[in-house]
Amino acid sequence: MSLHHSDDPRLWNLNAELGLLGLRDDALTRREMIRTSVLGTAGLLLTGGAAAAATRANPTVVATAARPAKAKSVIQIWLWGGPCHLDTFDPKPDAGNDYCGPLRTAIPTNVTGIQIGESLPLLAKQADKYSLIRGMTHGINGHETAAYTVQTGRPSGRDVFPGVGAVVSLFKGYDAGYKGLLPPYIVLTELQGRFSESGFLGTRYKPFATGGDPGASRFVVEGVVAQGISDERQRSRREFLHRLNTFDRAMSSGDPRLAALAQCERDAYEMILGDAGKVFDLAQEKDDVRERYGRNTFGQSCLMARRLVERGVPYVTINYKGWDTHKQHFPIMRRKLPELDRGVASLLQDLAQRGLLSTTIVWTGGEFGRTPRVQWEAPWNGGRGHWGKAFSALVAGGGFRGGHVLGSTDPKGEEVTNHPVHPSELIAGMYDLLGIDPEARLPHPEGRDVRAIPNASDGVREPGRLAQIM
Amino acid sequence: MVAAGFANESIQAAAAQPDPLPNPFVAPAAAAPMTDLDRTVFSRLEKLGIEPADICSDAVFVRRAFLDVIGTLPTAAEVRQFLQERRPDKRRALIDRLLARDEFTEYWTMKWSDLLRVKAEFPINLWPNAAQAYHRWIRTAVRDNLPYDEFARSLLTANGSNFRVGPVNFYRAVQNKDPVGLARVVGLTFMGVRVEKWPAEQQAALAVFFSRVGFKATGEWKEEIVYFDAAKPLPAEARRAPLPDGKVIDLAADSDSRQVFANWLLAPENPWFARAVVNRTWSWLLGRGIVHEPDDFRADNPAVNPELLAYLERELRAAKYDLKQLFRLILNSRTYQLSSIARSKHPQAEANFAFYAIRRLDAEVLIDALNQITGTTERYSSAIPEPFTFIPEDQRSISLPDGSITSSFLETFGRPARDSGLEAERNNRIDANQRLHLLNSTQVQRKIENGGKLQALLRARTGPREVLDSLFLTILSRPPTDDERAAVQDYARSNAGDMRVAMQDLAWALINSAEFLHRH
Repeated sequence: MSLHHSDDPRLWNLNAELGLLGLRDDALTRREMIRTSVLGTAGLLLTGGAAAAATRANPTVVATAARPAKAKSVIQIWLWGGPCHLDTFDPKPDAGNDYCGPLRTAIPTNVTGIQIGESLPLLAKQADKYSLIRGMTHGINGHETAAYTVQTGRPSGRDVFPGVGAVVSLFKGYDAGYKGLLPPYIVLTELQGRFSESGFLGTRYKPFATGGDPGASRFVVEGVVAQGISDERQRSRREFLHRLNTFDRAMSSGDPRLAALAQCERDAYEMILGDAGKVFDLAQEKDDVRERYGRNTFGQSCLMARRLVERGVPYVTINYKGWDTHKQHFPIMRRKLPELDRGVASLLQDLAQRGLLSTTIVWTGGEFGRTPRVQWEAPWNGGRGHWGKAFSALVAGGGFRGGHVLGSTDPKGEEVTNHPVHPSELIAGMYDLLGIDPEARLPHPEGRDVRAIPNASDGVREPGRLAQIM
Repeated sequence: MVAAGFANESIQAAAAQPDPLPNPFVAPAAAAPMTDLDRTVFSRLEKLGIEPADICSDAVFVRRAFLDVIGTLPTAAEVRQFLQERRPDKRRALIDRLLARDEFTEYWTMKWSDLLRVKAEFPINLWPNAAQAYHRWIRTAVRDNLPYDEFARSLLTANGSNFRVGPVNFYRAVQNKDPVGLARVVGLTFMGVRVEKWPAEQQAALAVFFSRVGFKATGEWKEEIVYFDAAKPLPAEARRAPLPDGKVIDLAADSDSRQVFANWLLAPENPWFARAVVNRTWSWLLGRGIVHEPDDFRADNPAVNPELLAYLERELRAAKYDLKQLFRLILNSRTYQLSSIARSKHPQAEANFAFYAIRRLDAEVLIDALNQITGTTERYSSAIPEPFTFIPEDQRSISLPDGSITSSFLETFGRPARDSGLEAERNNRIDANQRLHLLNSTQVQRKIENGGKLQALLRARTGPREVLDSLFLTILSRPPTDDERAAVQDYARSNAGDMRVAMQDLAWALINSAEFLHRH
């Protein structure tokens, strides 16, 4: 694939080309290159170069002409446990029974030349909307450490870094002027639990976990929907609570902690009684829409995620458990893959139809892949272990191109042979699309200088690792 | 039916009998004696022109002392007993009783386990057996009131298996086991300093003392021996090692440099060790350090009241590092017993302890209190490693040994991750998620609707007035005021259709009051 045939100027390797023209300025970051190129509309290299020169002459141009973020929201579909890349997005039909088991067929997609696993026929029809990164790698085989590295972009070390959701919540949430009544970072339905999503950023950037089951006849969001309590009773008991405020009246000193409590109560009632909480009422969706997503917890979570980003929530995680298939791998895949297929395919299609896909990143993957060679021996009897050396991720929307494959693995799916991508590079790519300043810092509790975007010290080989699909 | 009585018969005190305490939070007469400790606090307040708060009422005191000393809400019976006691030194007597209770051990073991990072899994990765051994050791030390200098020496110098010798896990409970990483943890824990803020050469100098901590595996899975590894090279220039106070020590090649460091740290003239722990203790009880943050001693972060800090330090040394004695000293002070209702709007009032600063209940204390009120339990388990660990249902949350045990409630309410050992890891600030959970979650609603103890209280055949008293004493640790009785009666009338619901809403409202949610 030649990048130069693209009609998207952002895909050209401007740095190199400006260099050829003698216009390259090493002080310019890649992002400034991109910004300056976007200033031009038709003219290509010269426009970029001229704009870069203008930028140098008047640095404020960069600030005022900052490239608007392409992506406004992220839906992270987290396949907790680690899905097998061979059975999903990186099929190896020629590797034989020891690698494929019963899932031995790769199927064509609606993009010529791209094939995916046989259990994902609906996603095959949406391949023009997503790119597959087949060279994901970090080499870590422990769940917690791998999950941490994939979601923070950092190796485990002295600090516990915040995950992508918390960082997006920091830069796109309340601190950045987010005015939504829904929390800026929502998890469907449970926290991952083994490490803190918000890391050293602390509780303020923790996600709101809905609890409940979107697949149930009523999605009882913990805290928002109280079954058996009418709105009228909600209102009257709230008044009662306010009348029993002997302590608050005695304090009457404007204690900041009481003021914070009162503000939190107002916010909470926006969810309980105000319009904000109505977003969780899936009965507002037509039956055929609900069917299309699949009438199960995962499918309805995908639908729920669409409703949330429609209302401007910057970050939604769906924690989809059950991918740690050491035993019973293939029977479980036969059950789960159709759910995954239906949910994600419908989500992509629906987002696209509603014009939301261009501003919503959909990121699907787990903490690692699984052993390409099936463990037929006891005690696994047809299971797959952990495999951090090579795995896949699906990315779509929000500036990610559709219909591309980045990188590849060997014929057995064991090693990355071409264009390896470390999780930090995927995260850096997403932050770029979200318009998070590459120089932005995270507030560190000990005051250390910490960049939001994982950098060389975190294992990033070079910036722009995902340029071909952005 | 008793509950119906709320709406029908008067549950207010006879109109002629006025509420004895218009404000149930302050004492009618300032009764607490002035101690030496108080003189340092009050003279500072006087200098600043800050008027201190009144003394808190007995009802406030009993609740505060229970929550602060044993992390446990008093029961209605315990409150009644204290309020009815007539002896003039009853506050002192209560403090002594609390310091002797089992929950003291549980609660302060939890606190030390936060700071010493007792966590089996990521990122501390002690492993469950080792986390249990570490926790058991801390628990025994707290129970036996091991003098704090001995406590520190054990942690700093222990050798042996992580499964058998609890304190060796101190050097394992870090994310970075290189000498600088260990030095930072030692500095934070025992000196209350952020070593990472020191100049690099000072960090390196301190690291020398921890450069020969060895870790080796055994034949047993995940077992690790921590020991002094004399085989690790000690560069010649490192042998004359400067200590943080500038004193230079000759580190003989074969002597355990951890011992050398401990001898220096625990010497009576050491300017960090006692000061750091008295400041921590003060902040645990008063909500704020004399140096604040309590674990961030720096030249440019001075103590707000140096005399107070020096006084406490002297007292701790005189008491031979008996931390319970330090608790007793602080708890019996007038300063500790001030009301949370400020009498001065001076911006420095809180930092100078002119009133008792309110703070939200700790996550574990809050869920335990909800369980105690309603007669319910929590189910805790850990899925790693197999076979799963299930915690007995009647075990209190304050006595959970391992920070890896997953709990959405505890995480939502700011339980520390036990990743860094920083005091600030515990987050007791309220947020909207927490508010939503308390106001309207199934978890809390179910406790109120189905909790056997609360339901039995609401159905008691004693009469509505007594039921109301019990409910207030159970949740707010004080009897209701006349205003509150009237409010309850009005609410009951407007909900005459379903008294059961009205009474549940009362319990709900009290649980959601600022008064319940805070130590005050």
